[in-house]
Amino acid sequence: MTSQAALPPTDDRLGHRLDFLLVADMVEPGSRVLDIGCGDGALLSLLRERRNVDGRGIEISREGVNACLAKGLPVIQGDADTDLVDYPDDAFDYVILSQTIQATRQPKAVLEQLLRIGRRAIVSFPNFGHWRVRLDLAFRGRMPVSENLPYAWYDTPNIHFCTIRDFVELCAEVGAQMEKAAALDAGGSPVRMTLPWWVWNLLGEQGVFLLKRR
Amino acid sequence: MMDAGTPLSSWQIAYQTYGTLNADRSNAVLICHALTGDQHVANVSPVTGKSGWWTTMIGPGKPVDTDRFFVICANVIGGCMGTTGPASINPATGEPYALDFPVVTIRDMVRAQAALIDRLGIEKLFCVVGGSMGGMQVLQWAASYPGRVFAALPIATAARHSAQNIAFHEVGRQAVMADPDWRGGRYLSEGTRPSKGLAVARMGAHITYLSEMALHRKFGRNYQDRSAPTFSFDADFQIESYLRYQGLSFVERFDANSYLYVTRAMDYFDLAAEHGGSLARVFKGSATRFCVISFTSDWLFPTSDSRAIVHALNAAAASVGFVEIESDKGHDAFLLDEPEMFAAARGFIDAAARARGIA
Repeated sequence: MTSQAALPPTDDRLGHRLDFLLVADMVEPGSRVLDIGCGDGALLSLLRERRNVDGRGIEISREGVNACLAKGLPVIQGDADTDLVDYPDDAFDYVILSQTIQATRQPKAVLEQLLRIGRRAIVSFPNFGHWRVRLDLAFRGRMPVSENLPYAWYDTPNIHFCTIRDFVELCAEVGAQMEKAAALDAGGSPVRMTLPWWVWNLLGEQGVFLLKRR
Repeated sequence: MMDAGTPLSSWQIAYQTYGTLNADRSNAVLICHALTGDQHVANVSPVTGKSGWWTTMIGPGKPVDTDRFFVICANVIGGCMGTTGPASINPATGEPYALDFPVVTIRDMVRAQAALIDRLGIEKLFCVVGGSMGGMQVLQWAASYPGRVFAALPIATAARHSAQNIAFHEVGRQAVMADPDWRGGRYLSEGTRPSKGLAVARMGAHITYLSEMALHRKFGRNYQDRSAPTFSFDADFQIESYLRYQGLSFVERFDANSYLYVTRAMDYFDLAAEHGGSLARVFKGSATRFCVISFTSDWLFPTSDSRAIVHALNAAAASVGFVEIESDKGHDAFLLDEPEMFAAARGFIDAAARARGIA
């Protein structure tokens, strides 16, 4: 079902987030990219510098949009749950949903929109199947709070957590083909791709997937 | 030749400039004014003695920085501040045009501005900026002269005037025309002024520029210089007194027929109609970078109007940024002190200036 990609060399000397570098490695140079939930535009800027993309963004917060405008990034204030329907089919080469799917109200519908708007979709998310999360639940009996998931259950914007395995199943359900997949462990190092899925799901703190319509 | 099919044999356009045009002629910014605005965007108005109408946005060190950009603002065609309009003398009769002046469109206004830009020797504007009717002109510029607009900043505007807005305009026009001193439009020749009618039009329109929240905060149900109602039709409430003042001061600076013509121009504005109803087609292939701004409490040009513009630009694969500013000041917010709007405008303009190679 998937050809697990060789993980790219990571480089955080310039302060780029490793998951961003993983995403950047999946994007063909010179392509058209829509980043949904683009925050302050860090990933779009990286893609523009390293991949020379024609990048657009959607961001829900005004502060984020203003930060993007100041970087010269064409970003519109909007909501992934409601605004994607307005984009035409195949409008972008890649539609990126970086660390955002777990904050949407309808992750499945959003994923379907991604695959409609973009020829390819790139989705990264925190893995709720990570061993630390499991330990928190199993032994402390508490919802996990960590550096990656810093919110208490009652004020988190993350309302639809999933595990890597859950996401893989959702992809099958919406007819998405996985072209590449990668996971980062808690230290930000790539999890070795030769390992089976259940290991990814246990050791990967984040999953990054390159998807294509089947 | 104007959209109405009538040629205007001779006409003039009144404008102001600020700052210096650079050697490349690449730093020109055109400001488009709103319904009752004028060319005195950043200088003291010789008519009212008040400071320019957009000094929060335009000036040294402001988002539209007159230390870096050559800023132009012209009175619209059909206006009454020096550009040819219904109060101008019709060379054919030697009398003011009055209703013999051809009905003006937003495209006519932009065509006149383009002629001015030609005359100033500017091939491509760095940026076109405007709010409300000014924003309509910004969109029209991008549509009519895509190659001449590097960046466009339409604020609190729409690609077409809504039925509700046409309705408000019609009420205003009927107020003017119901004034016996309007004299079928020939009041200048007959030595009268339809001041009452125009003041009522302004009072009505002014309400649409505000919001219920802003009115409540500013006036509430407070009495004007009294502690109890007078049981008469005096301006008991502060809001009444305020509106009467707005009406009275407006008629001193504005021509009633110009008000009819310029409101009509807004009514007719429907950018998509020129392109088979598809707004996306208007902007297809546009290389202009856009930034659209709206305000949460603006019910005259609501955010949905701005979103329609943004969707069309997205569908046309144009470069567009969009931000909705949280404000309870209604449509007028674009003229007021709104730090978030300034931050968005400054960021957009600075980034565009870097891309254009303007220091």
